[in-house]
Amino acid sequence: MQLEFTNDQVQFREMVARFLESTSPTTEVRRLIATEAGYDPAGWSRLCGELGVAGIHIPEAYGGSGFGPVELGIAAEQMGRYLYCGPFFASSVMAGYALLSLAEENHKAAFLPEIASGESIACLALDDLNSPEGVGATMAANAAGKIQGTASMVLDAHNANRVFAIARGPEGLGLYTLKLPDAGIEIIPRQTLDQTRKLCSVSFDHAPAERLGEVNNSGLTRMWEHIVVALAHEMVGGAQRLFDSTVEYTKLRYQFGRPIGSFQALKHRCADLLMELEFAKAVTYDAAVCLAGDKDVPYAPAMAKAMASDLYIEMARAAVQLRGGIGFTWEDDTHLWFKRAKSSEVFMGSPHLHRERMMKTLEEVA
Amino acid sequence: MNNDEIRAALESWLEDNWSPQLSLMEWRNILVDGGWAAPHWPQAWFGKGFDAEQAQVVRTVFRERNIVPAASIGPRGLASETILAHGTDGQKTRYLRPILTGEHAWCQLFSEPGSGSDLAGASTKAELKDGRWIVNGQKVWNTSAHHADFGILLARTDFDLPKHQGLSYFLIDMHQPGVEVRPLKQMNGHASFNEVFMSDAVVSADDLLGGEGNGWAVAATTLSYERQGFRRSRSVAFDIEQPGRIYQEYAKELEIANEPYTWYPQREGRVDLILARARETGAISDPAVRQEIAKLLSMQQAHALAAASAEAKRKSGSNEIVPAGSIGKLAASVIARQAAHVHTMISGADAMTAGPDSATDGVIAEVLVSVPAISIAGGTDEIQRNIIAERVLGMPKEIRSDTGPFRDIKRNA
Repeated sequence: MQLEFTNDQVQFREMVARFLESTSPTTEVRRLIATEAGYDPAGWSRLCGELGVAGIHIPEAYGGSGFGPVELGIAAEQMGRYLYCGPFFASSVMAGYALLSLAEENHKAAFLPEIASGESIACLALDDLNSPEGVGATMAANAAGKIQGTASMVLDAHNANRVFAIARGPEGLGLYTLKLPDAGIEIIPRQTLDQTRKLCSVSFDHAPAERLGEVNNSGLTRMWEHIVVALAHEMVGGAQRLFDSTVEYTKLRYQFGRPIGSFQALKHRCADLLMELEFAKAVTYDAAVCLAGDKDVPYAPAMAKAMASDLYIEMARAAVQLRGGIGFTWEDDTHLWFKRAKSSEVFMGSPHLHRERMMKTLEEVA
Repeated sequence: MNNDEIRAALESWLEDNWSPQLSLMEWRNILVDGGWAAPHWPQAWFGKGFDAEQAQVVRTVFRERNIVPAASIGPRGLASETILAHGTDGQKTRYLRPILTGEHAWCQLFSEPGSGSDLAGASTKAELKDGRWIVNGQKVWNTSAHHADFGILLARTDFDLPKHQGLSYFLIDMHQPGVEVRPLKQMNGHASFNEVFMSDAVVSADDLLGGEGNGWAVAATTLSYERQGFRRSRSVAFDIEQPGRIYQEYAKELEIANEPYTWYPQREGRVDLILARARETGAISDPAVRQEIAKLLSMQQAHALAAASAEAKRKSGSNEIVPAGSIGKLAASVIARQAAHVHTMISGADAMTAGPDSATDGVIAEVLVSVPAISIAGGTDEIQRNIIAERVLGMPKEIRSDTGPFRDIKRNA
């Protein structure tokens, strides 16, 4: 089992961090959230070209770098830290893991390379973002592969040139795809609580799709787990950033003639947050190690998502609270992470759902 | 010596010297003479100058082969390590061997009713009169003091200096008229500790350790060993059910040494019993209970992973600040509290009962009334949070109101 990051992994983390530090300051994040696309295509090309992040987890046979969930997690953690706005999560993580987990071999070979290189921006249309058991309940495909139904929250669909979808066909649940734009698909951007995470409603009206593979429980669970573990990394990255900046703030802000960080009420809050942060990081990193196959703790992904969710929103609440009034202003950057924390908390399953998943898995193991 | 050479040397030495038919005292003296009683100590003082890893090899061999080790657990170990670090040759000669052989039992006399978290606020007074130190005052939370032959004592020798500078560290004979030991009963019914009252108790001038006014620095050595021992299991993982005279004598020694700690697993919350209890009572099907169990097991798993990762970083010599100690202690409190909460949910009204015919032979009841100890003993959660905030996070220090002469500092009468 991996307890420490290797030197190569640490270097990779620093490279991603340096890149995002210069390309994704909050001034840029604020500029991008006001645009329709919500990301900078030139920056995304550089991120894919120079650092290869889009295909970090995709096997070399499909044009990726051949690393796994640990390295993907390292990249996702930095993106969470810098609130990176771009199609990484929708395309590489969600569509990428849908293909890796659910598509037949020849379809992986057909579609993964363009995702790995970043040339194609894909999105994944799921009609349930709460739990895998609900996926495909409202999306239907007929024998000819024509899809009917609506996925009401699809990440970055407005930027995608290909959509993957899970729908129920005559042979059961399947993974489908079609190129965008398409006359049978209507994409309507939605107003989001977290402006750094653009969602669209995607309606399929007899849209002609290609079936890529059967979706069984184990494949769907595998996909879901890989996505939530990447998300957990993004969350602990954001939480770490909030923690660092909040502790720093308490050292600089003076009230009653002393830095507010000298008051025990704030010290104790920060000490508790550090413990929770260290815990969430530990289970998140461990979940990636488990997914990489180096360790077998079947409930690790659910546990990581639950802990990272609770930690991130708790950290965000504290980050606002410890700043006092300024923390509640639009001008201060804290709310950008607060909204990401709230959105991430419920994305792909709220903490209580993941705790229940964890208990079910525990009972199966016992 | 590399690890294999150490193992070979030790095994060959054991071949020639070890026998379960020896008396405990005979064996321990052979062990001390052979240098294997405290191999991490210097050669001049009963040891072999081994580093921590080499000493671990020795411990492993002892455990594997069921060899009785030196008497070093509990307060004995705190005393011997501190005397080794700060003692004169005379003090080391007098005290170290009987500690290792188990002939002398020791206790720690640090905390006072008026100085708990604020240990340096000790007000037990030691005055030099006619070449001897005369001690007056009260100590508390003294584990095994009722079995102790000697105590390591922190006392104030100067009330006009600032509080950390007026302390001195003594080695005191517990068998004297001026020392009275009384058991201290805890809220869970056990009496693992004592109160020690000193009225004109006498300490010879030779038994001042580390020099007058140097008590705080010497105590820091003791406390650092105490912190290291925090995670170490109290009872030796050892098969005591062996034929041979020595095992019977050793079992008696261990029973006395471990007696204060029988309820320690309960103060940690007995997370190991949670799933079985939830199944047994049917609470496992209650969604609210399931949520709380999942939170508890997640915290426990995270704690274990974070500790393992910190240990790996420490071993690899990483420069990263690893706040494992205080965070680990804080985590143990949070986990124990959550465990007590879940045990209560699982038991329901049955949690009103205690004793042998209550849940799990009374263990659950003992959990519920023992858990409050874990966030106090060895440094309260509040103190741990201060340490984390100030030393790990670099937050500004508290504004102090205890500077200047100790005499003028506000304190309880």
